[in-house]
Amino acid sequence: MGGTSPCASCKLLRRRCAKDCIFAPYFPSDDPHKFAIVHKVFGASNVSKMLQELPIHQRGDAVSSLVYEANARVRDPVYGCVGAISFLQNQVSNLQMQLAVAQAEILCIQMQQEPVAATLPASQMLDHHQYQDHDQKSLLLSNSHDFNNIPQYFSSFGSSSNVIQDPLKRESLWT
Amino acid sequence: MVNVRCATCKYLRRRCPSDCIFSPYFPSNNPQRFESVHRIYGASNVAKMLEQLPSSLRPQAAETLCYEAESRIQDPVYGCAAIIFQLQQQLHNTECELAKTRAEIAIIRSNGHGQESDIYSADEY
Repeated sequence: MGGTSPCASCKLLRRRCAKDCIFAPYFPSDDPHKFAIVHKVFGASNVSKMLQELPIHQRGDAVSSLVYEANARVRDPVYGCVGAISFLQNQVSNLQMQLAVAQAEILCIQMQQEPVAATLPASQMLDHHQYQDHDQKSLLLSNSHDFNNIPQYFSSFGSSSNVIQDPLKRESLWT
Repeated sequence: MVNVRCATCKYLRRRCPSDCIFSPYFPSNNPQRFESVHRIYGASNVAKMLEQLPSSLRPQAAETLCYEAESRIQDPVYGCAAIIFQLQQQLHNTECELAKTRAEIAIIRSNGHGQESDIYSADEY
């Protein structure tokens, strides 16, 4: 007959791990680093308060996101997660521009392949197509920029360290 | 000349020294800013984080800490990780859309060549 092993939090904090310890379900003793990093950035008492304010079924996700943010902050002490947000916003913008260009290219090709109207004089036909082309292109461009609702607060922020070039492919959001 | 305490020292009810690490980033006219950061990180953790950085980088660090703290207050479960997740999704969707569009371009181009030869062959019948 032996007692249950204290969770990682209580081990680090050197205290008795109560049966209803709020940390125990999320910080098992076999992963001490997980709590250590969250404690370093947020502090155990702040984490405890945050978890207590949440319903039990949301605490797991909250811990995962706190661990993610803490890791980001330790890797990049200046920009933390915001560095990743800024990086992703730039990536999305670049891709959206490329998409707009590709969609405009489709229009151009389709215009070129349209049968020539016999009744219109050549000069008028050219103006007509250019007008349509411009309208459709601008419509496409405005539609293709499916700009997110996320404000571009930090578009000029970069990363303070060379480590975060591609921060998110290395780890999944949830452990 | 009376020294105005920064938002941090006002909140913590202490004297604000001339070399207070918080005062450049948490002015007294915006108490909410410090309260958010204190609620999520705690004043001593923020001080430790700022102290570990060269002073030239501290304004950005304070700004991003405030941003993350506000995000966490607004979304206590996911914080700013939710924004990252949304952006990852958007990136993925846009990549797929771009790949699809480029494939369409390739098909249209190849059909354009194909159609010309079909027209000629139809004329023969």
